[in-house]
Amino acid sequence: MYSADVDYYRATSVADAAKMLKNNKGAKLLAGGHSLIPAMKLRIAQPTLLVDIGHIDKLSGIKVGKKQVKIGALTTHATVAVSEELKAACPILVEAAGLIADQQVRNRGTIGGSLANADPASDYPTLITALDAMLTATGPNGERQIEAKKFFKDLFTTALKRDEVLTSITVPAYGNMSGMGGAYLKHRHPASSYAVVGVAAMIGLEDGKVTHAVVVVGGATANPMHAKAVESALMNMEPTAENIAAAAEKMDIEATMGDAYASAEYRDHLAKVMAKRALMLAAERAKG
Amino acid sequence: MATKTLGASIKRKEDPRLITGEAKYLDDVRLPGMLYAAILRSPYAHAKIKGIDTNKATKQPGVIAVFTGQDFKDLPALPCAWQADAGRIQNNVNTPRVLEIERVTHTGAGVAVVIADDRYAAEDALGLIEVDYEQLPVVVDAEKTTFADAPQIHENAPNNICFDWSCGDKDATDAALNSSEVVVKQRVVNQRLIPNVMESRGCVAQYMPASEEYTVWMTSQDPHIMRLLMTAFVFGIPETKVRVIAPQVGGGFGTKIFLYPEYCLMAALAKKVGRPVKWAETRRENYIATTHGRDHVTDIEVGAKRDGTITALKVKTYANLGGVLSTIGPGIPTTLYGRMLSGAYKTPHIYCNVLGTYTNTGMVDAYRGAGRPEATYVVERTVDLVARELNMDPVEVRRKNFIQPGDFPYAPADNILAGLKYDSGNYEKALNKALEMVNYSSFRKEQEEARKNGKYLGIGLSTYVEICGAAPSSWIGVGPTGQGWGAAMWESANIRVHLTGKVVLTIGTQPQGQGHETTMAQIVSEELGISMEDIIVQLGDTLGTPFGYGTYASRSAAVGGMAVYNSAQKIKEKARRLAAHMLEAAPEDMTYEGGRAFVKGSPDKGKTIQELAGAAALAYSLPAGMEPFLDDVTYYDPPECTYPFGTHICVVEVDRDTGQVKILRYLAVDDVGKKINPMIVDGQIHGGITQGVAQALWEGAVYDDNGQLTSGSMMDYAVPKASFLPTYELGSTETLSPTNPLGVKGVGETGTIASTPAVVNAVMDALSPFGIKHLDMPLTPEKVWRAIEATNM
Repeated sequence: MYSADVDYYRATSVADAAKMLKNNKGAKLLAGGHSLIPAMKLRIAQPTLLVDIGHIDKLSGIKVGKKQVKIGALTTHATVAVSEELKAACPILVEAAGLIADQQVRNRGTIGGSLANADPASDYPTLITALDAMLTATGPNGERQIEAKKFFKDLFTTALKRDEVLTSITVPAYGNMSGMGGAYLKHRHPASSYAVVGVAAMIGLEDGKVTHAVVVVGGATANPMHAKAVESALMNMEPTAENIAAAAEKMDIEATMGDAYASAEYRDHLAKVMAKRALMLAAERAKG
Repeated sequence: MATKTLGASIKRKEDPRLITGEAKYLDDVRLPGMLYAAILRSPYAHAKIKGIDTNKATKQPGVIAVFTGQDFKDLPALPCAWQADAGRIQNNVNTPRVLEIERVTHTGAGVAVVIADDRYAAEDALGLIEVDYEQLPVVVDAEKTTFADAPQIHENAPNNICFDWSCGDKDATDAALNSSEVVVKQRVVNQRLIPNVMESRGCVAQYMPASEEYTVWMTSQDPHIMRLLMTAFVFGIPETKVRVIAPQVGGGFGTKIFLYPEYCLMAALAKKVGRPVKWAETRRENYIATTHGRDHVTDIEVGAKRDGTITALKVKTYANLGGVLSTIGPGIPTTLYGRMLSGAYKTPHIYCNVLGTYTNTGMVDAYRGAGRPEATYVVERTVDLVARELNMDPVEVRRKNFIQPGDFPYAPADNILAGLKYDSGNYEKALNKALEMVNYSSFRKEQEEARKNGKYLGIGLSTYVEICGAAPSSWIGVGPTGQGWGAAMWESANIRVHLTGKVVLTIGTQPQGQGHETTMAQIVSEELGISMEDIIVQLGDTLGTPFGYGTYASRSAAVGGMAVYNSAQKIKEKARRLAAHMLEAAPEDMTYEGGRAFVKGSPDKGKTIQELAGAAALAYSLPAGMEPFLDDVTYYDPPECTYPFGTHICVVEVDRDTGQVKILRYLAVDDVGKKINPMIVDGQIHGGITQGVAQALWEGAVYDDNGQLTSGSMMDYAVPKASFLPTYELGSTETLSPTNPLGVKGVGETGTIASTPAVVNAVMDALSPFGIKHLDMPLTPEKVWRAIEATNM
């Protein structure tokens, strides 16, 4: 509960932060500090330098456009959870943000920090994958875009280079499109409040038939994954309870993770049950 | 001064400083020149210590000194206040040393200590200490540790059995079981819990060489006992050489009753290095080095008639005590457990046998309820199992077996309560009230309808009784008829009415959040007719408070409160005599009411308590033989324990597809006797229920086969969150305790004792369509789901 010795630097800009990362091998970015600081106190993480980006104002905020929403990496979970604009444009993110940890953590934790940490049991990676989001990173050589499906590489591992700062996340403003609905369901670990299993479902309807089907499962594998067989089973179908139940039975993600609280077998089972329920909810919402 | 204070929900006097952060806790104690200690703890559950190299650590910048157990080998191992086998010294009591020297028997045992200029430097140096361990085989299970192939932990405890204790009548119980119309057997596990106080433990020690005196600040529920145990049993110095101060204490739940190695270690270090030393426990240390609770494996055998009348109860329990014994560890699964197995029922024959066992796990001792939750869990689950077996409503089985109002004082069968008697009760009244609140009959209809729609609702009852106050000293103590605890159980209070009419009350009990400064002042205010603002309660320091045994066992109101009450009576008597003298009236004609002593029938002929306090202090004219000053002290030894009771009802819904349990309603009707402050009583009940519910559904300490605590942090160990719980619906009945003049019983542990079985009974009721009779706690979603799946329904 007492961290090892560490230096601290308050970055004035993203470029400044990227430069510090480049020049200091043991450096880590500090944003909300709700994953890194506990790890440091347990001495699991022992960075030599903390580069604090928490005071770079332009990294936070939500910009809602007609087709897209851009969310600054420093935007806290609490801000996302209560954003009325976002609730209209991308409601599934608001629904999920309100389920992250507890109020105190939501007040400090940031969307960028959560994504860059890539904890398999956190909520945002599942959402970002389901929404096909675009992530923007800035390094010493400028900005680049990373697709969500190429962002998560493994447990706690992302496509970010050591000297890159995740600056924003762009998600579709699906709330403005007719016939689109989404839902996020979470089986919460009673101790950590992380997702034992989290399922994000998106349904798009045209003439009463499913034209867009997404089911992403988090918490069961190293990184969130699309349940492709479930998705394709729903395409061009009517979103009836029977069709959704039959599709959910095709759940093709096999849990690789199991622990004392929930075995891999139970996670597999939860993924099916929750996919069914999330799809039902998403379809209902898609119908408006 | 006509306002009634006793029985009023007065806001707590201590809250402004707690809410604003003004209160000072242990870690707020900072002394000039103070050093910081960090303790190196064994990563192994069972190992020989072959050598410790501290050289590198000693050379680390900021490090003042590094010590190992060898440096304190002159200090004896810590005392255990409960000598198994009713007062007779037993030769297999193994307790921790300030730092272990030859062997460790659980992970987290201290083996070395670093003292440094700051805590960070001390922590850095811990990693540089090299310990040569020889790992030994490990056993963690309460029962398996007694098997022939289990590793032997202590030479003096064959088969790892610390004690073999029993109560009740074995032959009569066996005979009754043999002739019972039905017999139900069930094994139940009462899992190990981690108490999770908000403020973890800590200690600051200072040594003053000129006077050879120590001042020791510690997180304690009983500073006088800590001083006694440290001086008389560890340091071998006069008790007068140590002053113990408990600052604001942020929760205890039992864990802060005990003398721990770290407290003695800090005192020893302060003397060795000649500077004050602080150790503040980290949360990780709190999980592995502070006592745990429960951890029983129990086989139940119950006999009954077909009409639901219980004929006999036989219980065999393996109680896990840990690798070494905590201060009163063995007393919990014996005196406070077996003796409560009659519950609220007239069970005609009872026998209980407990094997207290050593394992390679952390110490187990009192945790909120201490033995009584374990007993109540056994009894209340048993009643439901009988109901299920006979296809009866669990309410009817309870009614059939209740001890009736006319039966009090009631001595449970086969002398299992060793001479004590339940003081008073009306169990059916509380049950009826709770059933009315929940609308039981309509719930049963709703439940039936819901089941048709694949919705599984369940209702569970717990009609508990508990034992509070612990206890008449002759009963609990080391005397020939006592239970063998190295303690008495009286309590103290000193009331001083100063010249200005203001009251200073000092007490021997020591709160950890209970609100003594308010409730004890309410007793004084009511009795002496002095306003609450004019009363200050001082506690927590062996300097300036009368000796007391501390706060636990729901004893502070029923025992400590009576000491306050009796001191108030003595003050009133002296006030009457002084007023008579001042008014030239006969003392026997005087009465005391509303803050005044006056002549009976002539209220205008009197003196206020303020006038009398002034006269007594200035002392220019006192009756012959009267000492100056209004000051009196009481040492109150209760004649009996008190026995609060009630009915808790939990309503749940089980998600058939995920196994997730949701609590829909929680109702509690408690009878705690007279309530001094109903708001504080409700707060105690709320907190207690929450802890008990948490055991049923979420909490559980898990050691793996290597003796590693896998539930070692709050990321894994599920402390209850407010969002998991419904709003509690509270009701009450009031049956006064005849054992004390205020009629109070006790409330600190009732919620925890009652709620656990209510929740489990509710879940088993919800699962009854599947034929599931019992599952062990915590009832996690996967466990429930698997049980349902296994039925193939």
